[in-house]
Amino acid sequence: MAEKKKVNLNRVPMPKQEPEARRKNFNEVALGYTEEQAMEEANRCLQCPKPFCKDGCPVNVDIPEFIKAIRDHDMPEAVRILKSKNSLPGICGRVCPQETQCEGKCALDKKGAPVAIGRLERYVADWERAHPEISEKQREHINPNGKKVAMVGSGPAGLTCAADLAKLGYEVTIFEAFHVAGGVLMYGIPEFRLPKDIVQGEVDYVRSLGVEIKLDHVIGKIATVDELLQNGYHAVFLAPGAGAPMFLNISGENLSDIYSANEFLTRTNLMKAYLFPEYDTPIKAGGNVAVIGGGNVAMDASRCALRLGAEEVHLIYRRSEVEMPARAEERENAKEEGVIFSLLTNPDCFVGDEQGKVKAVECYEMELGEPDESGRRRPIRKAGTEFTVPVDTVIVALGSRPNPIVPSTTEGLEVTRWGTVKADEDTGKTSKDRVWCGGDMATGAATVISAMGAGKRAAADMNAYFNG
Amino acid sequence: MYKIVERKVLVPNIIHIRVEAPEIAQKVKPGQFVILRVDEVGERFPMSLADWDRGKGIIDIAFYVLGTSTRKLASLREGDYIMNVVGPLGNPTEIEHYGNVLCACGCFGCGPTIPLVRALKEKGNKVVSVMEARSKSFLFWQDRLEEVSDELHITIGDGSYGRKWWTNDFTEEYLKAGNKVDRIFAHGCPFMMMECSKASKPFGVKTIVSLTPIMVDGTGMCGCCRVSVGGETKFACVDGPEFDGHNVDWELLINRQRTYLDEETRSLDLWERENWHKIVEYSKA
Repeated sequence: MAEKKKVNLNRVPMPKQEPEARRKNFNEVALGYTEEQAMEEANRCLQCPKPFCKDGCPVNVDIPEFIKAIRDHDMPEAVRILKSKNSLPGICGRVCPQETQCEGKCALDKKGAPVAIGRLERYVADWERAHPEISEKQREHINPNGKKVAMVGSGPAGLTCAADLAKLGYEVTIFEAFHVAGGVLMYGIPEFRLPKDIVQGEVDYVRSLGVEIKLDHVIGKIATVDELLQNGYHAVFLAPGAGAPMFLNISGENLSDIYSANEFLTRTNLMKAYLFPEYDTPIKAGGNVAVIGGGNVAMDASRCALRLGAEEVHLIYRRSEVEMPARAEERENAKEEGVIFSLLTNPDCFVGDEQGKVKAVECYEMELGEPDESGRRRPIRKAGTEFTVPVDTVIVALGSRPNPIVPSTTEGLEVTRWGTVKADEDTGKTSKDRVWCGGDMATGAATVISAMGAGKRAAADMNAYFNG
Repeated sequence: MYKIVERKVLVPNIIHIRVEAPEIAQKVKPGQFVILRVDEVGERFPMSLADWDRGKGIIDIAFYVLGTSTRKLASLREGDYIMNVVGPLGNPTEIEHYGNVLCACGCFGCGPTIPLVRALKEKGNKVVSVMEARSKSFLFWQDRLEEVSDELHITIGDGSYGRKWWTNDFTEEYLKAGNKVDRIFAHGCPFMMMECSKASKPFGVKTIVSLTPIMVDGTGMCGCCRVSVGGETKFACVDGPEFDGHNVDWELLINRQRTYLDEETRSLDLWERENWHKIVEYSKA
């Protein structure tokens, strides 16, 4: 019997800023692998003949291949392999939930120590950023095919779809409502998780493929989808993202200093309110901050509030930690930094002062009952457990509904009863001729990588449509 | 980048700029607004449009100089650029044949009232306009409003032009006198619109007001501009900006408008310290 290769179960930890230091700054928390660390981690990969990790990746990155290139000290090759499937690796390496995707399918996951694919992806992307001459050399020659395509939104879905189509020779224009491109990558995900110059680097790469990005353009207002189709665009991909923030519908919700997470994060990240008054956009986050919700956005908002100078940040969530939708890594980061988890707690109403500013949240305790349709145990109100939390600022992070601007202005575009656009899961094709849709607009709030996957599938289907 | 092609100080602290924005000029309808960001570090803020010229691709903004952002805007000259102009945003005014319409306006609300009255006239309405100002010397564009309206009345608050009164006093007296009014539109600061709504409420004449509270994206994404209308939360940017003034929770609106008063003061102090020479400059016509 051949001697079995010894499996290394020592996953190389990600070097991070210390909690005490990082809770006071907006610099990136995770510092990235050194060359030695990357090599050590790459060497743990078993190079499975049937790699399941690839199936776990929504854009099917050739994972064992790029890891092998790292091992072989052939970084340009690692870049080439990664970028052939993923146009935004610096972003994915940082914000993908790898534990449920590639790493969740890794052969070593069963042993509790999957290869840190995300960290290696980030390592390759950061190496590329430091060596721009490599990607310059690798740039493929593009033959224009004379077809014009419009993207609505420059978030992960729009950027990915644009890049794929541009590489195939399409003339692509992205319409972005904000004053910078990147969508949720710019306004939503904080600097300390995803530095904005990394996002702009990836946006620049998409531009370098010949994609034009028109900022300040709200489709549905300045031009409708039908007008785009009439005015020279052969097809349109809709990826305007999640729109309207949800609130709790309880009394006092419109008091001053109560934010939706969208607003709080947009002020902080896009408008750089953390640099006020150097930047003009103000934000309130002193004293006691309550964040309501248990998803990744709630974690981002909590951690931003700490950095903006909050004395205490209370995360109010109605179930227990097990049911929280936020990634384990994000929960850990938040706790390390000092976010206080108030679990099995639900807000009843908000109380304001005489100037209409919020001063307290009335809460009550919950207990868990039988599982509900989401499979999670249903929280039930415990009688006689009412209590008051004094607050200076509240952030409501309950997710969002699709933005109605595009669906309400587009003839013949079918929507679901949740307001999302009906789109084929495999192709992104909508009910309307020459219109595709992907990202949160089609699925409801989801992840960056799933939006990228949708962008990729739509690009492939659009290309098939034009060549069919 | 959006070029300022003309600039004029209308009255102290109210400035008219004409901005090159052909795509917006092509699309905009009465009642809609734009979001501006003056420079790289600027905030995003809404502005109603005073008028537009589709042929020349120009939009008109008449704004009141109040905080850092409007002072920055005020200090730009002809030939300078505004970094971002997004629009047209919000829903257009519902222009129908109502019959007799009363249009009340004051301050920065006077500009947007002109294209509104023009559109109402095109639908065959009889339009009586009433314009207010604190003092006679703060009146502007009364000639332009008079030109498009069937009748124009002026109310001046400090007694420098006849009696001391405001648009809400006019509205109340006009309705009390038995004049038939089918619809009222009020454009101006929240206080003025609140007072006009209060004046018309006992007479049951539907009064449409235009709300542009603090906004960030202006596309329904952040919820900063939420207002309460008839007990329901609405986003002014996508559900409005126009609402039935009788159902608006004015106290909430005015409180929320004051959210950042301390920060605004601090920001303005800093800006003025560094840009004192511009303050002298921008008040020159």
